[in-house]
Amino acid sequence: MITLNHYLIASGLLFAIGLVGVVSRRNTLMILLSVELMLNAANLSFVAFSRYLGHSTGQIFVFFIMLVAAAEVTVGLAILIVMARAVGKTDADALKSLRW
Amino acid sequence: MQLPSLAFLAWTILFAPLVSTLGILLVGLRRPKFSHSIAIASMVTGFLASVYLFIRLLGSPGSVGSQGHGEHPFLEHAISWISLHGLQLEVGVAIDPLSVLMSLVVTGVGSVIFIYSAGYMSEEPSYSRYFAGLSLFAFSMLGIVLANNLVMLFMFWELVGVSSYLLIGFWYQKPSAAEAGRKAFMVNRVADFGFMIGILMLWTVSGATGQERTFNFAELADRIHELAAAQALPYAALSFAGAFLFCGVVGKSAQFPLHVWLPDAMEGPTPVSALIHAATMVAAGVYLIGRCFFLYADLPDLLTLIAYVGGFTAIFTASIAIVQNDIKRILAYSTLSQLGYMVMALGLGGYSAGIFHLATHAFFKALLFLGAGCMIHALHTNDIWEMGGLIKSMKVTSWTFLIGTAALCGIWPLSGFWSKDEILALAFHQDKFLWAIGSLTAMMTAFYMGRLCFAAIFGKPRGHGHSQEAPAVMTGPLVFLAILSVIGGFLGIPRFIHHPRAMHVEFDLGVALISTLCAVIGLGSAWRLYGKPSDLPVRLRASFRWLYSLLANKYYVDEIYAWLIRNVHDRIARLCALFERYVIMRFCVNGIAVTTRAAGSVLRMIQTGKVQTYALALFAGLLLILSWMMVGIHP
Repeated sequence: MITLNHYLIASGLLFAIGLVGVVSRRNTLMILLSVELMLNAANLSFVAFSRYLGHSTGQIFVFFIMLVAAAEVTVGLAILIVMARAVGKTDADALKSLRW
Repeated sequence: MQLPSLAFLAWTILFAPLVSTLGILLVGLRRPKFSHSIAIASMVTGFLASVYLFIRLLGSPGSVGSQGHGEHPFLEHAISWISLHGLQLEVGVAIDPLSVLMSLVVTGVGSVIFIYSAGYMSEEPSYSRYFAGLSLFAFSMLGIVLANNLVMLFMFWELVGVSSYLLIGFWYQKPSAAEAGRKAFMVNRVADFGFMIGILMLWTVSGATGQERTFNFAELADRIHELAAAQALPYAALSFAGAFLFCGVVGKSAQFPLHVWLPDAMEGPTPVSALIHAATMVAAGVYLIGRCFFLYADLPDLLTLIAYVGGFTAIFTASIAIVQNDIKRILAYSTLSQLGYMVMALGLGGYSAGIFHLATHAFFKALLFLGAGCMIHALHTNDIWEMGGLIKSMKVTSWTFLIGTAALCGIWPLSGFWSKDEILALAFHQDKFLWAIGSLTAMMTAFYMGRLCFAAIFGKPRGHGHSQEAPAVMTGPLVFLAILSVIGGFLGIPRFIHHPRAMHVEFDLGVALISTLCAVIGLGSAWRLYGKPSDLPVRLRASFRWLYSLLANKYYVDEIYAWLIRNVHDRIARLCALFERYVIMRFCVNGIAVTTRAAGSVLRMIQTGKVQTYALALFAGLLLILSWMMVGIHP
């Protein structure tokens, strides 16, 4: 029997993996992917709670998040391409000219 | 009784000169005829309104004569100006015998001097500016006179200082005039600082009865009566308040040791000297003592101090006048001396005597100044030794000047005799020493006025140029003021002005004879010395060389002040400058900048520019907040 806790643990693990990816990866593309992973972890727990409480609110929320994520990825990839053209690489450290 | 219409009249008296000032400044600066018309019209309007108020005051039962408390105005009309919790400020007019008499003097003498100015200043390029200044002065002075509370009085007191500054420095191209204006303003500022402290102290004391604190004169008088009746008068606080208020008097009425500004103020046009620095503004201090008499009546020690300051000023400045050669300066020192007389009278408790002398002095001193103005106008010199023989060429001026002189010397039956005698009789019954000083001053007064007249009016024409009589627009005012100087003693001013707590003495024939004798001795010795050509003055000067130079240098008061400012004030200022430079600028202001910059250069190390670091910090923070929120929740 798969209970709510199973889903939440899976969601937590997924979130942790995404977090580690954001913190440890250098490539901006990988950071973006990790952020998506974290978003989907949140989605998973939303859906799980929605089912558990018998409420549809959580599912509606997930739709919104997916929509936003799609837009975000579009913008993020566009920035990535511009960055690759301008700097020649896609490392996050490449953009630090605003640092002291 | 139609109170609203009377209040309207009082407001009219106050605001007519302001309308004139604004009118001249807005449209009249290039229209001399318009300027003097509107200025004179506003003063005459004020005078007529004052006369009407005066008649109403005489006709109203209980206001003059047998009323129980003379400290309540006959009419008061006020508008609330600022209303805060615990602080009520209002703008209002109070009509009582004192304020009506003062506004009669100010608007009456003012009208005459305004008319005279139209002749005296006729060749002046900034003619309109002059009338704007005079009107502004009239507005401020009437504000002092009619004010029903201390704050309003103080504001107009300062406005009077400003307009006096503007008019002393009217010929601002002349460095000495500009300096004199500045000096007058600065000396008055010193005094007014004390005045302000006094007002605030009195305001604080007024809360001692448990009611809300007040600036209103009538209410202040009531509270002080109440406290005195309950034996709960805070003597120390009241004495300090009274002494600080007296500081303002010392400045505005030019009493020793702040008398130094008045002689220099003679740099202004002569009608200004007549109106502001002889007849009205300098009397404002005397008026203030009268207005606050309810306070001083309970402080006998302070009154004695005031009397001695006045007496000392009277004799001190009269002695300086003896050796001056500038006609306006002689009259200025004479004004100082007479102001000392008034202050002394009020200090002796002679409320009506002091105010009486104020009024008569306004008449004859304005007359003397205007006469001097005619002479200066005709001869283009201020030096009395370059005048002479004017009695033949300038008949009206000379005769009116002689009437003014006789009134100032206290010759029976002119106005000066009655008012001066009332003061001397009062002094005789209370303080023989002050009486002796007063009589000696009277003798000196007669002597220096005699010297002035024998030098300038009689004798042979000296110097250059031909003198001719001034136009009628200038001699008319002289005649009018001469008539007032003659009959001023019979107008019943002392009976009109009175105060329940004031001292009263009857006419004393002995004192009157002695003071007349003093005047005759003074005039006689002036005649002996200067009446006919002799070498006696020169010989006297040679044998009392040190005394002469002491007097000619005005007791070196100005030099002492200059020394004090150079050695004490400037050193303190330098010390303050050091404090400002090193403590405030270096330590405080620059210190903050240095600290901020150092903190910035340390803190910016946090900005690594690595996205991962930021993300880690973000999640660490989130974790911290979440765990802090979890602590409160029980599983």
